[in-house]
Amino acid sequence: MASEHIQTFTDANFDQTVLKADAPVLVDFWAEWCGPCRMIGPTIDQVASELAGKAVIGKLNVDENPAVTGRYSIRGIPALLVFKGGQLVDSLAGAGHSKQHIKATIEKHI
Amino acid sequence: MSAGTVMATDIRDVVIIGSGPAGLTAALYAARASLRPLVIEGLEAGGQLTLTTLVENWPGRRDGVMGPELMAEMRAQAEKFGAEIVAGHVTSVELGAQPFVLRVDDQEIRTRTLIIATGASARLLGLPSERVLMGHGVSTCATCDGFFFRGKPIAIVGGGDTAMEEALYLTRFASTVTVIHRRDTLRASKAMADRALAHPKIQWRWNSAVERVLDEGKGEVTGIELRDLVTGETSTLAVDGVFVAIGHTPNTGLFQGQLEADVNGYLITHDGTKTSRPGVFAAGDVQDHVYRQAITAAGSGCMAAIDAQHFLEEHFPATHHPDGALEEKVAHAIQPPPMTSSPS
Repeated sequence: MASEHIQTFTDANFDQTVLKADAPVLVDFWAEWCGPCRMIGPTIDQVASELAGKAVIGKLNVDENPAVTGRYSIRGIPALLVFKGGQLVDSLAGAGHSKQHIKATIEKHI
Repeated sequence: MSAGTVMATDIRDVVIIGSGPAGLTAALYAARASLRPLVIEGLEAGGQLTLTTLVENWPGRRDGVMGPELMAEMRAQAEKFGAEIVAGHVTSVELGAQPFVLRVDDQEIRTRTLIIATGASARLLGLPSERVLMGHGVSTCATCDGFFFRGKPIAIVGGGDTAMEEALYLTRFASTVTVIHRRDTLRASKAMADRALAHPKIQWRWNSAVERVLDEGKGEVTGIELRDLVTGETSTLAVDGVFVAIGHTPNTGLFQGQLEADVNGYLITHDGTKTSRPGVFAAGDVQDHVYRQAITAAGSGCMAAIDAQHFLEEHFPATHHPDGALEEKVAHAIQPPPMTSSPS
Protein backbone atom coordinates (compact mmCIF):
# COMPACT_ATOMS: atom_id res chain seq x y z
CA MET A 1 0.00 0.00 0.00
CA ALA A 2 2.92 2.31 0.70
CA SER A 3 3.86 4.53 -2.20
CA GLU A 4 7.02 3.99 -4.22
CA HIS A 5 8.48 7.09 -2.58
CA ILE A 6 8.37 5.58 0.91
CA GLN A 7 11.61 4.03 2.14
CA THR A 8 11.98 1.41 4.86
CA PHE A 9 14.41 2.36 7.62
CA THR A 10 15.88 -0.21 10.00
CA ASP A 11 18.40 -0.43 12.83
CA ALA A 12 20.86 -1.71 10.21
CA ASN A 13 20.45 1.01 7.57
CA PHE A 14 19.49 4.02 9.71
CA ASP A 15 22.92 5.67 9.94
CA GLN A 16 23.53 5.31 6.22
CA THR A 17 20.09 6.24 4.87
CA VAL A 18 18.94 8.79 7.44
CA LEU A 19 21.89 10.35 9.22
CA LYS A 20 24.15 10.58 6.15
CA ALA A 21 21.49 11.85 3.75
CA ASP A 22 21.97 15.32 2.25
CA ALA A 23 18.26 16.10 2.03
CA PRO A 24 15.99 16.35 5.07
CA VAL A 25 14.56 12.98 6.11
CA LEU A 26 11.16 12.29 7.67
CA VAL A 27 11.06 9.10 9.73
CA ASP A 28 7.59 7.78 10.55
CA PHE A 29 7.88 5.51 13.63
CA TRP A 30 5.02 3.02 13.48
CA ALA A 31 3.80 -0.50 14.33
CA GLU A 32 1.27 -2.98 12.94
CA TRP A 33 -0.89 -2.80 16.06
CA CYS A 34 -1.12 1.01 16.10
CA GLY A 35 -4.43 2.29 14.71
CA PRO A 36 -3.42 5.94 14.44
CA CYS A 37 -0.28 4.88 12.54
CA ARG A 38 -2.55 3.36 9.91
CA MET A 39 -4.66 6.52 9.97
CA ILE A 40 -1.74 8.73 9.09
CA GLY A 41 -0.26 6.29 6.52
CA PRO A 42 -2.08 7.67 3.44
CA THR A 43 -1.14 11.23 4.43
CA ILE A 44 2.53 10.25 4.66
CA ASP A 45 2.24 8.60 1.23
CA GLN A 46 0.91 11.85 -0.24
CA VAL A 47 3.63 13.93 1.43
CA ALA A 48 6.25 11.52 0.03
CA SER A 49 4.90 11.86 -3.51
CA GLU A 50 4.69 15.64 -3.31
CA LEU A 51 8.18 16.07 -1.87
CA ALA A 52 9.83 13.43 -4.07
CA GLY A 53 13.36 14.55 -4.98
CA LYS A 54 13.41 17.24 -2.27
CA ALA A 55 13.17 15.17 0.88
CA VAL A 56 13.50 11.53 1.90
CA ILE A 57 10.43 9.98 3.52
CA GLY A 58 10.36 6.58 5.17
CA LYS A 59 8.99 4.35 7.90
CA LEU A 60 10.62 2.60 10.81
CA ASN A 61 8.82 -0.30 12.51
CA VAL A 62 9.33 0.08 16.29
CA ASP A 63 8.74 -3.64 16.94
CA GLU A 64 11.52 -4.71 14.62
CA ASN A 65 13.97 -1.89 15.29
CA PRO A 66 14.43 -1.38 19.04
CA ALA A 67 17.87 0.24 18.79
CA VAL A 68 16.83 3.35 16.85
CA THR A 69 13.50 3.50 18.74
CA GLY A 70 15.41 3.53 22.03
CA ARG A 71 18.07 5.97 20.83
CA TYR A 72 15.43 8.64 20.17
CA SER A 73 13.41 7.82 23.33
CA ILE A 74 10.23 7.13 21.37
CA ARG A 75 7.36 6.87 23.89
CA GLY A 76 4.39 7.19 21.58
CA ILE A 77 3.51 6.44 17.98
CA PRO A 78 2.98 7.58 15.38
CA ALA A 79 5.99 9.81 15.88
CA LEU A 80 7.30 11.82 12.96
CA LEU A 81 10.93 12.86 13.34
CA VAL A 82 12.73 15.12 10.88
CA PHE A 83 16.50 14.76 10.46
CA LYS A 84 18.92 17.02 8.62
CA GLY A 85 22.68 16.61 8.41
CA GLY A 86 22.62 13.78 10.95
CA GLN A 87 20.72 15.83 13.53
CA LEU A 88 17.16 15.58 14.80
CA VAL A 89 15.71 18.97 13.84
CA ASP A 90 11.93 18.62 14.31
CA SER A 91 9.29 16.22 15.55
CA LEU A 92 5.52 15.76 15.51
CA ALA A 93 3.69 13.48 17.94
CA GLY A 94 0.46 11.62 17.23
CA ALA A 95 -1.74 11.30 14.16
CA GLY A 96 -3.69 14.57 14.28
CA HIS A 97 -1.64 16.50 11.75
CA SER A 98 -2.84 17.73 8.36
CA LYS A 99 -0.84 17.07 5.22
CA GLN A 100 -0.03 20.78 4.96
CA HIS A 101 1.38 20.88 8.46
CA ILE A 102 3.57 17.81 7.93
CA LYS A 103 4.82 19.16 4.60
CA ALA A 104 5.59 22.56 6.06
CA THR A 105 7.53 20.95 8.93
CA ILE A 106 9.77 19.18 6.42
CA GLU A 107 10.00 22.07 3.95
CA LYS A 108 11.48 24.34 6.64
CA HIS A 109 14.61 22.21 6.40
CA ILE A 110 14.94 21.89 2.61
CA MET B 1 -19.74 6.34 -10.83
CA SER B 2 -16.32 7.77 -10.04
CA ALA B 3 -15.30 11.34 -9.32
CA GLY B 4 -13.62 11.46 -12.71
CA THR B 5 -16.99 11.56 -14.45
CA VAL B 6 -18.22 14.47 -12.37
CA MET B 7 -17.59 18.01 -13.55
CA ALA B 8 -15.68 20.37 -11.30
CA THR B 9 -18.78 22.50 -10.88
CA ASP B 10 -20.89 19.51 -9.90
CA ILE B 11 -23.01 19.76 -6.80
CA ARG B 12 -22.93 16.58 -4.74
CA ASP B 13 -26.08 15.11 -3.25
CA VAL B 14 -24.49 13.89 -0.04
CA VAL B 15 -21.18 14.72 1.58
CA ILE B 16 -20.22 12.99 4.82
CA ILE B 17 -17.55 14.37 7.12
CA GLY B 18 -15.95 11.65 9.23
CA SER B 19 -15.14 7.99 8.77
CA GLY B 20 -16.02 6.23 12.02
CA PRO B 21 -19.01 3.88 12.36
CA ALA B 22 -21.50 6.76 11.91
CA GLY B 23 -19.89 8.20 8.79
CA LEU B 24 -19.25 4.88 7.08
CA THR B 25 -22.73 3.51 7.83
CA ALA B 26 -24.23 6.72 6.44
CA ALA B 27 -22.00 6.21 3.38
CA LEU B 28 -23.16 2.60 2.97
CA TYR B 29 -26.84 3.54 3.07
CA ALA B 30 -26.45 6.63 0.89
CA ALA B 31 -24.43 4.64 -1.65
CA ARG B 32 -27.06 1.91 -1.81
CA ALA B 33 -29.65 4.66 -2.42
CA SER B 34 -27.58 5.72 -5.48
CA LEU B 35 -26.70 9.08 -3.92
CA ARG B 36 -22.98 8.71 -4.73
CA PRO B 37 -21.84 9.96 -1.32
CA LEU B 38 -18.44 11.53 -0.82
CA VAL B 39 -16.79 10.76 2.52
CA ILE B 40 -14.05 13.05 3.78
CA GLU B 41 -12.10 10.99 6.26
CA GLY B 42 -10.64 13.68 8.49
CA LEU B 43 -7.48 13.66 10.58
CA GLU B 44 -8.48 10.60 12.59
CA ALA B 45 -9.55 8.29 9.77
CA GLY B 46 -11.57 5.33 11.01
CA GLY B 47 -12.40 7.09 14.24
CA GLN B 48 -12.02 5.99 17.83
CA LEU B 49 -12.45 2.28 17.09
CA THR B 50 -9.05 2.28 15.40
CA LEU B 51 -7.59 2.95 18.85
CA THR B 52 -9.21 -0.09 20.44
CA THR B 53 -8.38 -3.77 20.40
CA LEU B 54 -11.10 -6.39 20.72
CA VAL B 55 -14.68 -5.13 20.39
CA GLU B 56 -16.87 -7.72 22.11
CA ASN B 57 -20.26 -6.07 21.80
CA TRP B 58 -20.62 -5.76 18.04
CA PRO B 59 -23.75 -7.85 17.33
CA GLY B 60 -23.20 -10.80 15.04
CA ARG B 61 -19.55 -11.26 15.98
CA ARG B 62 -19.78 -13.62 18.93
CA ASP B 63 -16.02 -13.94 19.33
CA GLY B 64 -15.50 -10.21 19.01
CA VAL B 65 -13.80 -8.27 16.26
CA MET B 66 -10.70 -6.11 16.35
CA GLY B 67 -11.65 -2.41 16.16
CA PRO B 68 -9.31 -1.55 13.25
CA GLU B 69 -10.52 -4.62 11.32
CA LEU B 70 -14.17 -3.67 11.84
CA MET B 71 -13.48 -0.19 10.47
CA ALA B 72 -11.57 -1.55 7.47
CA GLU B 73 -14.54 -3.83 6.71
CA MET B 74 -17.05 -0.98 7.02
CA ARG B 75 -14.96 1.14 4.69
CA ALA B 76 -14.66 -1.63 2.11
CA GLN B 77 -18.39 -2.33 2.31
CA ALA B 78 -19.29 1.34 1.72
CA GLU B 79 -16.86 1.48 -1.21
CA LYS B 80 -18.28 -1.70 -2.69
CA PHE B 81 -21.62 0.06 -3.12
CA GLY B 82 -20.08 3.16 -4.67
CA ALA B 83 -19.18 5.48 -1.82
CA GLU B 84 -16.21 7.67 -2.67
CA ILE B 85 -13.87 7.97 0.31
CA VAL B 86 -11.06 10.53 0.27
CA ALA B 87 -8.32 11.40 2.73
CA GLY B 88 -8.62 15.03 3.68
CA HIS B 89 -9.40 17.51 6.38
CA VAL B 90 -12.27 19.98 6.13
CA THR B 91 -10.99 23.43 7.01
CA SER B 92 -14.23 25.42 6.71
CA VAL B 93 -17.93 25.03 5.97
CA GLU B 94 -20.52 27.52 4.79
CA LEU B 95 -24.00 26.35 5.70
CA GLY B 96 -25.85 29.64 5.19
CA ALA B 97 -27.33 28.86 1.77
CA GLN B 98 -27.84 26.02 -0.72
CA PRO B 99 -25.61 24.49 -1.86
CA PHE B 100 -23.43 24.12 1.22
CA VAL B 101 -19.77 24.81 0.58
CA LEU B 102 -16.90 22.89 2.17
CA ARG B 103 -13.20 23.57 1.86
CA VAL B 104 -11.03 20.49 2.00
CA ASP B 105 -7.39 21.46 2.05
CA ASP B 106 -7.27 23.68 -1.11
CA GLN B 107 -10.34 22.24 -2.79
CA GLU B 108 -13.94 23.49 -2.71
CA ILE B 109 -16.82 21.02 -2.55
CA ARG B 110 -20.51 21.89 -2.94
CA THR B 111 -23.33 19.71 -1.70
CA ARG B 112 -27.08 19.67 -1.19
CA THR B 113 -26.95 17.69 2.03
CA LEU B 114 -24.26 17.30 4.63
CA ILE B 115 -23.92 14.52 7.18
CA ILE B 116 -21.69 15.45 10.09
CA ALA B 117 -20.05 12.43 11.69
CA THR B 118 -16.90 14.04 13.03
CA GLY B 119 -17.15 12.22 16.35
CA ALA B 120 -15.33 13.09 19.51
CA SER B 121 -11.67 13.08 20.47
CA ALA B 122 -9.93 12.34 23.73
CA ARG B 123 -10.12 15.22 26.16
CA LEU B 124 -6.90 16.48 27.66
CA LEU B 125 -6.16 17.86 31.12
CA GLY B 126 -5.33 21.25 29.63
CA LEU B 127 -1.95 21.62 31.33
CA PRO B 128 0.91 23.28 29.41
CA SER B 129 3.27 20.54 30.65
CA GLU B 130 0.93 17.91 29.26
CA ARG B 131 1.07 19.46 25.79
CA VAL B 132 4.87 19.74 25.84
CA LEU B 133 5.28 16.10 26.85
CA MET B 134 2.62 14.63 24.53
CA GLY B 135 4.34 11.79 22.69
CA HIS B 136 7.20 11.90 25.19
CA GLY B 137 5.46 9.96 27.91
CA VAL B 138 2.01 11.57 27.85
CA SER B 139 -0.49 9.60 25.78
CA THR B 140 -4.22 9.30 25.11
CA CYS B 141 -3.89 5.89 23.45
CA ALA B 142 -3.05 2.91 25.67
CA THR B 143 -3.17 0.44 22.79
CA CYS B 144 -0.68 2.55 20.82
CA ASP B 145 1.80 3.44 23.49
CA GLY B 146 1.58 0.84 26.30
CA PHE B 147 4.32 -1.04 24.43
CA PHE B 148 6.89 1.64 25.32
CA PHE B 149 6.44 1.21 29.09
CA ARG B 150 7.42 -2.41 29.59
CA GLY B 151 8.44 -2.93 33.22
CA LYS B 152 7.94 0.75 34.07
CA PRO B 153 5.60 2.54 36.49
CA ILE B 154 2.86 4.58 34.85
CA ALA B 155 -0.22 6.56 35.84
CA ILE B 156 -3.62 6.78 34.25
CA VAL B 157 -5.95 9.72 34.87
CA GLY B 158 -9.70 9.10 34.97
CA GLY B 159 -12.39 7.03 36.65
CA GLY B 160 -14.72 5.94 33.86
CA ASP B 161 -15.00 2.77 31.80
CA THR B 162 -12.34 3.86 29.34
CA ALA B 163 -9.88 4.60 32.14
CA MET B 164 -10.50 1.18 33.75
CA GLU B 165 -10.25 -0.64 30.44
CA GLU B 166 -6.98 1.11 29.64
CA ALA B 167 -5.62 0.57 33.17
CA LEU B 168 -6.28 -3.16 32.83
CA TYR B 169 -4.74 -3.22 29.36
CA LEU B 170 -1.64 -1.35 30.56
CA THR B 171 -0.97 -3.91 33.33
CA ARG B 172 0.33 -6.18 30.54
CA PHE B 173 3.28 -3.87 30.11
CA ALA B 174 3.79 -1.66 33.14
CA SER B 175 5.29 -2.64 36.49
CA THR B 176 2.52 -0.70 38.24
CA VAL B 177 -0.46 1.33 37.03
CA THR B 178 -1.63 4.08 39.37
CA VAL B 179 -5.12 5.39 38.73
CA ILE B 180 -5.52 9.07 39.52
CA HIS B 181 -9.15 10.02 40.07
CA ARG B 182 -10.77 13.25 41.25
CA ARG B 183 -13.40 11.47 43.36
CA ASP B 184 -13.50 8.66 45.89
CA THR B 185 -15.73 6.43 43.76
CA LEU B 186 -15.49 5.26 40.17
CA ARG B 187 -17.86 6.29 37.39
CA ALA B 188 -17.06 3.05 35.57
CA SER B 189 -19.60 0.24 35.32
CA LYS B 190 -19.54 -2.21 38.24
CA ALA B 191 -18.11 -5.09 36.19
CA MET B 192 -15.23 -2.99 34.91
CA ALA B 193 -14.59 -1.34 38.28
CA ASP B 194 -14.54 -4.68 40.12
CA ARG B 195 -11.97 -6.10 37.73
CA ALA B 196 -9.72 -3.07 38.10
CA LEU B 197 -10.09 -2.88 41.89
CA ALA B 198 -9.10 -6.53 42.23
CA HIS B 199 -6.02 -6.27 40.02
CA PRO B 200 -2.75 -6.61 41.95
CA LYS B 201 -0.79 -4.28 39.65
CA ILE B 202 -3.27 -1.39 39.90
CA GLN B 203 -2.85 1.19 42.65
CA TRP B 204 -5.16 4.08 43.50
CA ARG B 205 -4.88 7.78 44.28
CA TRP B 206 -8.40 8.93 45.13
CA ASN B 207 -9.54 12.56 45.39
CA SER B 208 -6.48 13.65 43.49
CA ALA B 209 -5.82 15.94 40.57
CA VAL B 210 -2.76 16.28 38.34
CA GLU B 211 -1.21 19.72 38.75
CA ARG B 212 1.75 19.25 36.47
CA VAL B 213 3.54 16.64 34.44
CA LEU B 214 7.30 16.48 35.04
CA ASP B 215 9.82 17.08 33.55
CA GLU B 216 9.45 19.66 30.79
CA GLY B 217 13.13 20.58 30.97
CA LYS B 218 14.24 17.03 30.27
CA GLY B 219 11.64 16.57 27.53
CA GLU B 220 10.38 13.31 29.00
CA VAL B 221 7.98 12.20 31.71
CA THR B 222 9.65 11.52 35.06
CA GLY B 223 6.63 11.98 37.33
CA ILE B 224 3.49 13.93 38.11
CA GLU B 225 2.66 16.51 40.73
CA LEU B 226 -0.59 15.64 42.47
CA ARG B 227 -2.87 17.64 44.70
CA ASP B 228 -5.11 15.94 47.22
CA LEU B 229 -8.48 17.63 46.72
CA VAL B 230 -9.56 16.94 50.34
CA THR B 231 -6.46 17.97 52.28
CA GLY B 232 -4.95 20.32 49.69
CA GLU B 233 -1.57 18.63 50.09
CA THR B 234 0.65 18.22 47.08
CA SER B 235 2.91 15.27 46.37
CA THR B 236 5.01 13.87 43.55
CA LEU B 237 4.54 10.43 42.06
CA ALA B 238 7.43 9.02 40.03
CA VAL B 239 6.17 7.53 36.76
CA ASP B 240 7.56 7.12 33.27
CA GLY B 241 4.25 7.56 31.49
CA VAL B 242 0.89 9.29 31.94
CA PHE B 243 -2.21 8.10 30.11
CA VAL B 244 -5.10 10.53 30.01
CA ALA B 245 -8.61 9.01 29.91
CA ILE B 246 -10.91 11.70 31.22
CA GLY B 247 -13.58 11.56 28.56
CA HIS B 248 -14.14 13.06 25.17
CA THR B 249 -14.89 16.35 23.54
CA PRO B 250 -16.98 16.62 20.34
CA ASN B 251 -15.26 17.73 17.14
CA THR B 252 -17.60 20.62 16.38
CA GLY B 253 -15.29 23.63 16.12
CA LEU B 254 -15.97 23.81 12.35
CA PHE B 255 -19.68 24.41 12.90
CA GLN B 256 -19.54 26.90 15.74
CA GLY B 257 -22.04 29.69 15.21
CA GLN B 258 -23.66 27.87 12.27
CA LEU B 259 -25.42 25.00 14.03
CA GLU B 260 -27.10 24.72 17.41
CA ALA B 261 -24.97 22.97 19.99
CA ASP B 262 -25.29 22.32 23.73
CA VAL B 263 -23.02 23.88 26.36
CA ASN B 264 -20.43 21.14 25.87
CA GLY B 265 -20.35 21.63 22.11
CA TYR B 266 -22.40 18.55 21.13
CA LEU B 267 -24.62 19.22 18.10
CA ILE B 268 -28.33 19.26 18.90
CA THR B 269 -30.48 17.01 16.73
CA HIS B 270 -34.26 16.68 16.50
CA ASP B 271 -36.72 14.47 14.58
CA GLY B 272 -34.08 11.86 13.93
CA THR B 273 -30.75 13.35 12.90
CA LYS B 274 -31.80 16.85 11.78
CA THR B 275 -29.67 19.72 13.00
CA SER B 276 -30.83 23.32 13.26
CA ARG B 277 -30.07 23.77 9.53
CA PRO B 278 -32.34 22.03 6.99
CA GLY B 279 -30.25 19.63 4.89
CA VAL B 280 -27.56 19.23 7.53
CA PHE B 281 -27.68 16.03 9.58
CA ALA B 282 -25.53 14.78 12.44
CA ALA B 283 -24.78 11.22 13.53
CA GLY B 284 -22.62 9.43 16.06
CA ASP B 285 -20.67 10.82 18.98
CA VAL B 286 -20.71 14.38 17.63
CA GLN B 287 -24.36 14.55 18.79
CA ASP B 288 -24.40 11.85 21.48
CA HIS B 289 -22.70 12.09 24.85
CA VAL B 290 -24.97 9.47 26.43
CA TYR B 291 -24.64 6.16 24.56
CA ARG B 292 -21.37 6.62 22.63
CA GLN B 293 -21.27 3.06 21.26
CA ALA B 294 -20.11 1.83 17.87
CA ILE B 295 -23.54 0.30 17.29
CA THR B 296 -25.47 3.45 18.24
CA ALA B 297 -23.17 5.56 16.08
CA ALA B 298 -23.73 3.18 13.16
CA GLY B 299 -27.49 3.26 13.80
CA SER B 300 -27.63 7.04 13.74
CA GLY B 301 -25.43 7.06 10.61
CA CYS B 302 -28.06 4.92 8.90
CA MET B 303 -30.77 7.31 10.10
CA ALA B 304 -28.85 10.31 8.77
CA ALA B 305 -28.53 8.74 5.31
CA ILE B 306 -32.28 8.04 5.22
CA ASP B 307 -33.04 11.56 6.49
CA ALA B 308 -30.77 13.02 3.80
CA GLN B 309 -32.48 10.91 1.15
CA HIS B 310 -35.93 12.16 2.27
CA PHE B 311 -34.69 15.74 2.21
CA LEU B 312 -33.41 15.31 -1.35
CA GLU B 313 -36.65 13.67 -2.49
CA GLU B 314 -38.63 16.54 -1.05
CA HIS B 315 -36.48 19.47 -2.17
CA PHE B 316 -34.60 18.16 -5.23
CA PRO B 317 -36.89 15.46 -6.65
CA ALA B 318 -35.12 15.09 -10.00
CA THR B 319 -31.52 15.13 -8.87
CA HIS B 320 -31.00 11.53 -7.93
CA HIS B 321 -32.96 9.96 -10.71
CA PRO B 322 -30.92 6.85 -11.59
CA ASP B 323 -29.81 8.15 -14.99
CA GLY B 324 -29.33 11.70 -13.70
CA ALA B 325 -30.40 13.13 -17.07
CA LEU B 326 -32.26 16.21 -15.89
CA GLU B 327 -30.00 16.81 -12.98
CA GLU B 328 -28.64 20.36 -12.92
CA LYS B 329 -31.42 22.23 -14.73
CA VAL B 330 -34.25 20.93 -12.62
CA ALA B 331 -32.39 21.26 -9.38
CA HIS B 332 -31.80 24.94 -9.93
CA ALA B 333 -35.40 25.58 -10.81
CA ILE B 334 -36.52 24.32 -7.46
CA GLN B 335 -36.73 26.69 -4.57
CA PRO B 336 -34.15 25.75 -1.97
CA PRO B 337 -35.46 25.28 1.56
CA PRO B 338 -35.72 28.44 3.65
CA MET B 339 -32.49 29.48 5.32
CA THR B 340 -32.29 31.80 8.24
CA SER B 341 -28.71 33.00 8.35
CA SER B 342 -27.10 35.47 5.98
CA PRO B 343 -25.66 34.16 2.71
CA SER B 344 -21.96 33.39 2.63
